[in-house]
Parts: sequence; C-alpha cells; structure tokens
Amino acid sequence: MKEIYLDNNATTKVDEAVFEEMRPYFCELYGNPSSMHFFGGQVQSKVNEARVRVAELLGASPDEIIFTACGTESDNAAIRSALEVFPDRRHIITSRVEHPAVLTQCRNLRQKGYRVTEIGVDGAGRLDIEELKAAIDTDTAIVSLMWANNETGVIFPVEEAAAIAQSKGALFHSDAVQAIGKIPINMAASTIDMLSLSGHKLHAPKGIGVLYLRRGTPFRPFLVGGHQEKSRRAGTENAAAIIALGKACQLAGQHMEAENTTVKAMRDHLQDALMTAIPHARINGGGAERLPNTTSIAFEFVEGEAILLLLSEFGICASSGSACTSGSLEPSHVLRAMGVPFTCAHGSIRFSLSRYTTEAEIATVIREMPPIIARLRQMSPFGREHLAGKA
Amino acid sequence: MWDYTPIVKDHFLNPRNVGEITDADAVGEVGSLACGDALKLYLKLDDDKDTIIDAKFQTFGCASAIASSSALTEMVKGKTLDEALAVSNQDIADFLGGLPEEKMHCSVMGQEALEVAIFKYRGMDIPQHDSEHDHGHAYPDYEGEIVCKCFGITDTFLKKVIETNSLTTAEQVTNFTKAGGACGGCIPKIKELIAQVLGEAAAQTRVRPEKLSNMKKMQLIQEVLERDIRPLLWADGGDLELIDIDGAKVQVAFRKACAGCASSGNTARMVEAKLRDLVAEDIVVEEVSQ
Repeated sequence: MKEIYLDNNATTKVDEAVFEEMRPYFCELYGNPSSMHFFGGQVQSKVNEARVRVAELLGASPDEIIFTACGTESDNAAIRSALEVFPDRRHIITSRVEHPAVLTQCRNLRQKGYRVTEIGVDGAGRLDIEELKAAIDTDTAIVSLMWANNETGVIFPVEEAAAIAQSKGALFHSDAVQAIGKIPINMAASTIDMLSLSGHKLHAPKGIGVLYLRRGTPFRPFLVGGHQEKSRRAGTENAAAIIALGKACQLAGQHMEAENTTVKAMRDHLQDALMTAIPHARINGGGAERLPNTTSIAFEFVEGEAILLLLSEFGICASSGSACTSGSLEPSHVLRAMGVPFTCAHGSIRFSLSRYTTEAEIATVIREMPPIIARLRQMSPFGREHLAGKA
Repeated sequence: MWDYTPIVKDHFLNPRNVGEITDADAVGEVGSLACGDALKLYLKLDDDKDTIIDAKFQTFGCASAIASSSALTEMVKGKTLDEALAVSNQDIADFLGGLPEEKMHCSVMGQEALEVAIFKYRGMDIPQHDSEHDHGHAYPDYEGEIVCKCFGITDTFLKKVIETNSLTTAEQVTNFTKAGGACGGCIPKIKELIAQVLGEAAAQTRVRPEKLSNMKKMQLIQEVLERDIRPLLWADGGDLELIDIDGAKVQVAFRKACAGCASSGNTARMVEAKLRDLVAEDIVVEEVSQ
C-alpha cells in the first residue's frame, strides 16, 4: 500500500538530493573534520559549507550556528545555559503549550527550586502576551516560547515576546523546530537570542539539530569535552548529517514560496472540504495565524485513535491529540490549554502537509474521511440526537 | 503504533453486534465523553429470563475499546446471567489474543458494563458518585470512597481490579483502570491500596510456623522479604537488601527511593512486624547503611 503521508510535523521524508549529498560521507569520505590531514580537511570544508547554508536560511552568521544532535538537545542546552549564565536569576517563563522538550525540562527545574511560569493561550491557541508582561521581572533568567505549535500550527508573536524578555534583561529562546522551512525567518532583523532547529522536520535525516546562538550572547555549553563547535558543543561532528542539513536548508529556502502558496492552498482545500462534509467539527486554532502546512480538526463524539487506524487502512498517515494514541489518558496538553471541550478533544486529528503532498492525495483524504467519521459515530453512544438526519 | 493482535484488529475493523436492542432486558452504561471512552451494552434474555440470547453494544473509544466491546458481546451470548458474571476482564483480553498493557482498561470497561447491566437487571442498587467527570464507575460491590477524582474511581473497585489481576505497581493500576492517569494526585493512595491488597493476600494464605530450625528460619526470612516485603517497596519506587541474619537479628539496607527516605524508620518497623507475623515473634530488624 502506498502511503499518503500527512504527518510531516512528526517527521519528514529525507529529500533524495539531501541523501545524495550525505551519501559519500559514510564509506568514502569518513575522515574526522578536526583532523590535521587532507582527508579530514575535505570533510571540514564541507561542514563549513553546510554551516553557511543553514545560516543563510535563518538570516544568521555562520558562527552563530551550533550543530547539536536534535531539537530537544538544542532546547535543553538553551535553557540550561541561561540558568548558568544568570545564577542569581531563579525564574523561567514558558508557555502551557510548549513541546515536551521544553516543558518537561522546565517542570523538572521547578522541582529543583526554580520558579516557573507557564503562560496560557486563548481558545484559538494565541499567546496571552499581557500575562507575559505581568510575569516577567528582573529575577527571570530566560523566556522560552515556541515559534509555532506542533499540534495546531498556531504562530506565536516571538519578536514581541523577545522584546518583553529583554526589557528585564532576560534571555529569549524560541523552539522554532516547526516553523523553520515553513515560514521565512530572518535572525538579522530579530532580537531573539537563541533558537532551536531540528533537521528531520525539514527533509534532513533524524539525529541532527541546531542551536542558533546570537553573536555576543553569553553561553555555557551543555555537553563539554573536545573543542568542537568552538567549544560550545563537544563531541565529534555528525558530519554526514550536518552536510545533509545544509543541503536541506538550501532546498527549504528554494521551496519557501511554494510552501506558502501551493502547500497552503492544499491545506486550505483539505480543511474546507472536511468542514463542509462533516458536521460537528471544528478547526483547532482556526482563528489564529497558523503555519501553512498544518490543520488540526476536532470531530465530536468519536475518538482519535480509532479514526487514525481507519485512515491507516487507506494508507493515510495523520496524527491525533487524543489520549489513546500517546499512551497517556488525557487529551493533549495543547488542546486542554486552549480549552477545547472534552466532547471533541479526544477526536482531534492533525494533518500536516509537505512539498511532496499532491492534490490527488488530498482528494483521497477528502473522499475517505467523511465515511470514517460517520462509521464511528454510528458506533458511538453519544451525539445521536445532534446527528439525527446528518452524517 | 500499538501492537494489536490480528484478533483485536479484526474486531475493530469488523465489530460484531454493533447497535441497540430496543427491547433489551438489561442495559449497562459506563464511561463518558470526558474520559475518552464509554460503552453502552444491551442484553436480551430468553423467556426464562436466565440466558442471554442477544447482546449489542455502542462504544465511543479507541480501537481496543471497540474490539473489547465486540469480543464481550460474542462471549456472553448463550451464557446464563451467572455464567456471564464469571467473565473477567482477563477473559476478554484472552479472547482477543491479549491487549497491550496500557490498554487493559478497555477490557475492564467491558467487564464493568456487563456487571452494571446484570446488577441493574436484578434490581440491585446502583449508587452514583459525584465526580468531576462522572465516569459511572459505581455499582453495588464497589460502593466506596472515590480515590481518583479525575476519572471518578472508588477504592473498592480499585482493590477488586488489583486483586483479580494480581497488580503490584501503580503504573499497572493506571493501565487497568485509568486511575492516576490524569493529574496523578491519587498515586500515593493507589500504592496504599496495592499494599493493603498484597498484605491481605499474604495474611490469608500463611501462618507462622510453630518451631523453626535456624536454617529453616533463615530461608523463611528470605522468602518473606522476597515475596511479601520487596513488592510493597517496589510499588513506592524503593527496595531493600538483606545484609545479614544473626539469630533473631535481621540486618537490612534500604535501596532506591527508600535509601535516605525520612520515613525509612517506619519502613523498618513494618518489615519487622511482617517478619514477626510470618516467621518468629522475637525478630528484630536493624537498618544498616551499606
């Protein structure tokens, strides 16, 4: 069965050109970029080229790019560094809808005695900027807010938030893992101090990330050891993956416009058609500015895991904010923070597209989804009075 | 992705007996939209009102909830009410070739709906508990105190599930009943219940021997530590190690969460009481740090 892959916020296909770019760096050009011989040196120059390519996508300088192993490492490194840089500041601000890579760490730090404020969002998933203004003080070491939400695609006003953080001397970090490659980002025109990126969300392989660190920002390394990455991240460079990420960033820049026109048009078509065909559904974050590739739709009276497994029968890959898919017993913390009613939080499905998505695939989902929802509603003891005569 | 058996997949994709029985003799309803799963079970009895001749269900929930409901209806058809009451949640899981442990609560929900239907049919009182989510986990045998406020689950119900499924950790209890799976506030209470059930089970089956040789005594001490005491500590993330036995003096060292725990003195007294109960009256437990 050919997959219809609409789960690109989970991970993406490695672009063939990206794979070709990294291929020689396993069995042939396997030298250590730090070595003092021609064999390592040629890898070093390719790593440098990748650094330039990543910097170009972000509007940054190459020396502001630190390669890490993943987005989670970048997030951990940024927050830990800020706390070490400002040992007298004992307050961290984040949001209730962050990825666990940030939220779990903040909650662990709370156990260790740090004060942690989690800023809320409104029903459309928009950040409560007034709450941020009220929470920030001179005890705040770092404000860490995601650029765009992985579940809903809702975009946060990170520049405005960065200015608020800096007004009290705090550092500002953004987990931009979902945003990079989907919307234009220009660090040259920004004041954000630190930014996390993950390769596998933009058609590079898994196991490579970046921490952007603005020039002049005080920093303490998370991993210590060798002098790699100018002693800001020890450990032998994952050269092949770094080279792949460089290529992926170059391609992301080239496809940025398509991402915001073609991909967005397909996303809009998908959600409009489903909302028309299926009663008692709502778009999570529909009222907010969102990533062009993401839509999260809540279907009342049915449960997400059952929807996903029936979609899977047609090769359609999506994800859910339901409790049952994650192994937890409550629906996603993002949907709960938005106040999505329990009647539909369990039945939320996220479709996340990419530049590989085709019109034909979208047409298949539009055809198969309504009968799946109708079939599960037929089985459900709930909503019968609302749905009489409808789907 | 969950590792569902082919039987679970079949009962999810081709569920048997979906629907309502408009003239059902017995109806059992458990769960709610808020909880993320719910099951309404309909039973039709024969003219003697003793044998189940038809069963149907309506389920809101994940694949394993739907498969468990489908399996349940297939299992109870043709059974007398008493035979049906003997169906356990493990029987439902076995019928399906097993369920992932995180999904065992789906089989528990099926068993529960069956009991509610039959108890209601027999005119037994079904007490309703007020809880935030009104889960409906409440019927004659399980009248008791609400332990898990998020899912509205009582201590009597939890103890029954702990006992029938021989559960030893709070995580297992969450997998089987969902209790403790949301805010987690009741996990300490769940651990207490596990300890109570394990303690009761041990007390029921064992009596202190009249006279023991030294060799036998040492063996029995080790056995009681392994079988009765360490599982209790594991439930709390702790552990202990037997260091030495010298006559009636038993030296233990606490490990993991028990090591350095402020109440390890109490734990040592608990170990002593247990050993006195099951081995010999004169036992003295000493905590050593090693």
